[in-house]
Amino acid sequence: MSTIKDMTKTHNWSGQKLVTADHMLFDAPREKHFMTGSEVLKEAVKRCTVDASVSYPITPQSEAAHLIGELWAEGYVGTYFRGENEFGVMSEVAGCAMAGARTITTTSGPGTLRAMENFPQWSGTRIPCQLVLMARGINSPLTIQPDNLEVTFMLETGCQIWYAENVQELFDMSIAAFVVAEKPDVHVPIVTVCDGFFVSHTRESVMLPADDIALFPYEPYKSPLPPIDSETPPGRFLRDPFVMKSNYISYATHASWQFEVRSAVERSRPYAKHFLNGLVHVTGDADAEIAFVTCGTASNQAKEAQRDLAKQGVKSKVIKLRTIRPFPTEELLAELDGVKHIFIPEFNVVGWLEKEVKEALYKKHDAEIVGGPRVAGGMSLPSEAILKEVFEHINVEGA
Amino acid sequence: MAKDSIKVRLPGLGGQGAVTAAHIAATAADTDGYFAVSNPFFGAEKRMAPSESYTRIGTVPIYDRGEVIYPDIVMIFHPQVITMGKSYTMPFYAGIKENGLVIINSDHDLLTDGDRKTLEDLNVKVLTHDFTKFAIDQAGTELATNMAMLGALFGALGTVSKSAIEEGIKDRFLKKYTASGGTATLDSVIEKKFKKKQELIDKNLSTASAAYDLTAAWAKEVGLEQILEPSKNNNGNLPK
Repeated sequence: MSTIKDMTKTHNWSGQKLVTADHMLFDAPREKHFMTGSEVLKEAVKRCTVDASVSYPITPQSEAAHLIGELWAEGYVGTYFRGENEFGVMSEVAGCAMAGARTITTTSGPGTLRAMENFPQWSGTRIPCQLVLMARGINSPLTIQPDNLEVTFMLETGCQIWYAENVQELFDMSIAAFVVAEKPDVHVPIVTVCDGFFVSHTRESVMLPADDIALFPYEPYKSPLPPIDSETPPGRFLRDPFVMKSNYISYATHASWQFEVRSAVERSRPYAKHFLNGLVHVTGDADAEIAFVTCGTASNQAKEAQRDLAKQGVKSKVIKLRTIRPFPTEELLAELDGVKHIFIPEFNVVGWLEKEVKEALYKKHDAEIVGGPRVAGGMSLPSEAILKEVFEHINVEGA
Repeated sequence: MAKDSIKVRLPGLGGQGAVTAAHIAATAADTDGYFAVSNPFFGAEKRMAPSESYTRIGTVPIYDRGEVIYPDIVMIFHPQVITMGKSYTMPFYAGIKENGLVIINSDHDLLTDGDRKTLEDLNVKVLTHDFTKFAIDQAGTELATNMAMLGALFGALGTVSKSAIEEGIKDRFLKKYTASGGTATLDSVIEKKFKKKQELIDKNLSTASAAYDLTAAWAKEVGLEQILEPSKNNNGNLPK
């Protein structure tokens, strides 16, 4: 199936049958595979009729970028090229997406920071591209290990931010991400985050639909801003501000546009809720007074702790946040009914999720909030450490 | 008492194939119906630098990720892990749980009296064996050391079948070619490579199988208690 053909109404250029996201994610029969996060991202991209991918494959990264290159060689991705550095990559992603291409790239840690100027530029131009962020540490000291400090830098870029816990979620999320980002009333970039190493390099079982189906292509002419067309004059290579004053946008317009970008992120809620089966997932005892609020790998570790606490007769639950932007405040509040102690285990030194949760719950919930335990720089977070934190803060009867 | 899930730490040196061994181990356990996860943890990707990987196997879902801090089993791939401290945790058995197991690839005993005492107090059994020489004898190359270590792990566990190990090895060495073998050009390349690959697989398999028998006999001899529960859904592959 690797010869490039013309796109038809029923099949894409690699001969895959075109299907809806609902069919791909919910209805298509699945088979078990055993693979890493990087490998599963290749499988997701293979099923998404992706027009373009730009890469800067370097450590620290993941194998995902070069695996997408293999897809291009096999005829599944329209075009693929390497940028001169991460700033170049993210700029070129913007170019591809502005021209109406469904575009994806991946990065990690130092690469994310190097490319930083581009992310608010992406959202400001309302392009629906996808960045898969496999979070690794930020230098210095020099590191390549998992640590999600970099996510805090992404929070106010105006991009949607989703967080995958494991290999299976990375597959399903990175497919749904295109679909939600491309909704005309949303149409802002999406950052699909997972923890580097803990997901990208970890091999586990995963259920995948067959690879002879793929998403319908992106329809750029449904975009709230028209795609650039360099062959039809006047070719526009930048998104012109809609009210010009001198060479720059007027302050009132700039302000309103920033609000509009954030409103667009908010408008993604119903779509995200549908494709992600809810913005939060809960594991454990519904009537527990102890709750762990988590995202990504911290959810895994908290689930181990929840199981160990249950063995000791202590009830707890894990509330996993699946989206960070938009932040699922209502869903979180609903699950916190009756909770008296909230623990927020994290893989970074600053506790950005603790800050997010505290802001969301201010004057809305009176549970004690403990920001921790926290590890960083590639340390793992064993259940033993989480239990220690819990027992240091509360005297649990029966423990 | 056999556990519902175990964690295995595999410290080795870059180039020895500890990462490959961990991945094959998890694939094999998955084949036999266990929940299994593997991941590497390495720094600079260069030969002889510390390189660690981990396998978690259980009859219950496994959420735990990353470095194994509290292992049930430690597999030392190279004497320098102990003698030169080429591992992420010191001493090499740091965090090991009661009734655990340490397998060391070395031609001589590397434990101090203090190590021995600590491990005995925890009822941890230790097997020191020259698996590199074993690999050279079996497969004609030291590159098969990781296959010997893989077989040794499963021989000591006794609950993952040899046929599952075979599946794990095949999955690792054949998968990439079957996945993209759509075109005629690629097909002919595979056919040429296949004879060589089949040979490689056969040698890996016989090395792992012989090491399996070696540690299974050793486990019986020293009275090693069963560490891991049998798989509840082993796809009909009964452990031998």
